[in-house]
Amino acid sequence: MSERLMSEHSLLEITGLRVGFDTEEGRVQAVRDVSLRLERGEILALCGESGCGKSVTAMSIPRLLPPETTRLSGSIRLDGRELTDLPESALRAIRGKDVSMVFQEPMTSLNPSFTVGFQIAEVLRRHEGMSRTAARSRAVELLELVGIPAPARRVREYPHQLSGGMRQRVMIAIAVACSPRVLIADEPTTALDVTIQAGVLDVFRDLRDRLGTAIILITHDLGVVADVADRAVVMYAGRAVEEASVTELYARPRHPYTAGLMRALPSAAVTGEDGRRRLTEIPGLVPPPFEDPDECAFHPRCPRAREDCTATRPALEAFGTGHRAACFHPLSTAAGGDA
Amino acid sequence: MALFILRRLGAAVIVLFLGSVLVFLGVRALPGDPARVLAGQEASPEAIAAIRHDYGLDRPLPVQYAQWVGKALTGDFGRSTQDRLPVAHILTQRLPVTIELSVLAMIVAIGIGVTAGVVAATRRGRFADHVATGFGLVGLSVPHFWLGILGILLFSVRLHWLPASGYVPFTGDPGGNLERMLLPALVLGTGFAAVLMRQTRSAMLESLSADYVRTARAKGLPERSVVGVHALRNSLTTVVTVLGLQLGALISGAVVTEQIFVIPGFGKLTVDAVVTRNYPVIQAVVLVTVAGYIAVNLLVDLAYGVLNPRVRLTGVADG
Ligand SMILES: Nc1ncnc2c1ncn2[C@@H]1O[C@H](COP(=O)(O)OP(=O)(O)OP(=O)(O)O)[C@@H](O)[C@H]1O
Ligand code: SF4
Ligand SMILES: [Mg+2]
Repeated sequence: MSERLMSEHSLLEITGLRVGFDTEEGRVQAVRDVSLRLERGEILALCGESGCGKSVTAMSIPRLLPPETTRLSGSIRLDGRELTDLPESALRAIRGKDVSMVFQEPMTSLNPSFTVGFQIAEVLRRHEGMSRTAARSRAVELLELVGIPAPARRVREYPHQLSGGMRQRVMIAIAVACSPRVLIADEPTTALDVTIQAGVLDVFRDLRDRLGTAIILITHDLGVVADVADRAVVMYAGRAVEEASVTELYARPRHPYTAGLMRALPSAAVTGEDGRRRLTEIPGLVPPPFEDPDECAFHPRCPRAREDCTATRPALEAFGTGHRAACFHPLSTAAGGDA
Repeated sequence: MALFILRRLGAAVIVLFLGSVLVFLGVRALPGDPARVLAGQEASPEAIAAIRHDYGLDRPLPVQYAQWVGKALTGDFGRSTQDRLPVAHILTQRLPVTIELSVLAMIVAIGIGVTAGVVAATRRGRFADHVATGFGLVGLSVPHFWLGILGILLFSVRLHWLPASGYVPFTGDPGGNLERMLLPALVLGTGFAAVLMRQTRSAMLESLSADYVRTARAKGLPERSVVGVHALRNSLTTVVTVLGLQLGALISGAVVTEQIFVIPGFGKLTVDAVVTRNYPVIQAVVLVTVAGYIAVNLLVDLAYGVLNPRVRLTGVADG
């Protein structure tokens, strides 16, 4: 009832999400309090250094984390419907249909024993009730859509016959097959070269324009963020530390961490040994995920840190419409300011 | 795929050739002169020489080998020294019995072993896993003969459910045949079921934590296809490997099982032939066993090809 009255809820609302893992070394608190909203037809970028909890946040939505070790609390609402206490069976109807996901690991996310055609057709048969043959021909179309040459031949091939970039695009084809309402793409373009990357981003944009699909785009690549995203959330050590529209964020970053990321921008794309590009320009290390003292997690690396930064943890505060940052001593001027 | 099969067939021919040479020389390396055994203790040197000539034992070894192989290829393995029956005839009577026992044991092993392994892996650390793992430990450590005797005592002597021993041909009385083969097949299959269950369990645990299983879940597939299609398919290679590796154990297990249940199969034939030094039979039995071993391994290789597209398309594993 009350939900009906409040009618204006976002497509996806995550409130106070906390995700920990029980490991042999103790509890790893990967996500420590994340709240975010995703509007219909919006492309939201999720940024931050490696290990800050982007993938864990994303995989919490369709609940794809290992159930035995995952400790999750908070609320995840899809169109007003709480997902965290849904039974598995109800969630299965949502996965791949309303919420679909492109994983960060393109090389291993496809099953080596089945053709890519089978693996695309599978999701169509599951959710769209398509026949085997109809799903097959739709699979060819989807491969074409994501820019795979000779799709009629490729559809019969196995993952090991495809390059990493092509596998990634097959994953994207699977994810967009049922026209999801929320598409979560975890580093979808890292394995791709620049032209193909542009094509994939076009597929996302087109999906959003035609069907109003909302997209959470996880990326290290601030160039990609500027290119396609409407809004961005910057995460640090399991928390959202800044959130704003992309133009606002680039023009007036408030959080010293965001500013640091921006400043690192031109040389930021360091290609790691796994071929993934990471932001590693800000000196210093991320705090270990085991403890969570009541202070600003960024203070050991922050050029603006003062005494009060270790006294308590800064909360997200508004800086104009839709712009929020969690910092006691935010930047006040243009990018790069006086830090 | 055709090239793949051709390669494996070529390898099989070579192995079979080497195997036949080994069998041939092995039998001749056994202590004792077959001609003297055939002629008996009191035979004159002339009689022994005549027999030796009769059996071609006075010719050079390569010639003997060529003759033996030449005849064997046409299905002529000579005659048993015990009852003068053609060895080939004996083989055609005994072989199907052992094949039936082995196939039934395999069905038992795969049915119990793979199912238990999958269940154990999906309920890791829970009650069903402990039960299956316990069964695996017991099944591995209990020897066939002990299990066989226990089975006879329980099901035949106490409960009178099944006959204790004996054999009737399947063609004559299918019901009676299966009734008598059930206990031996269970006894022979249990050990393999245990091995299979352990290997299936660990292979499934690995598959279930793979990224592609997460993808399958992300598609909203029901758990039965996540486990039964995506994870199991990638674990089957392990199952097939284990079956191939256990083949030798299956054969020796069959020998023991046939002795316990007095089943007139290949195993019993071998034991009897060794006891009575029935050389033509030993030679033929070993050769046929080697051929069977090769044939099953070939099937295992082909199964790899079917299961693993990488092998099928390139002809090499992990290529
Ligand atoms: N299943 C798990 N069990 C234990 N710890 C985990 C698990 N998954 C993730 N973590 C930990 O949670 C933290 C956040 O991981 P996450 O994958 O979300 O980082 P990320 O922001 O996606 O980084 P990257 O940019 O490298 O992908 C890391 O410390 C990681 O080691
Ligand atoms: S709160 Fe203090 S330490 Fe944290 S980012 Fe702001 S200035 Fe830096
Ligand atoms: Mg990640």
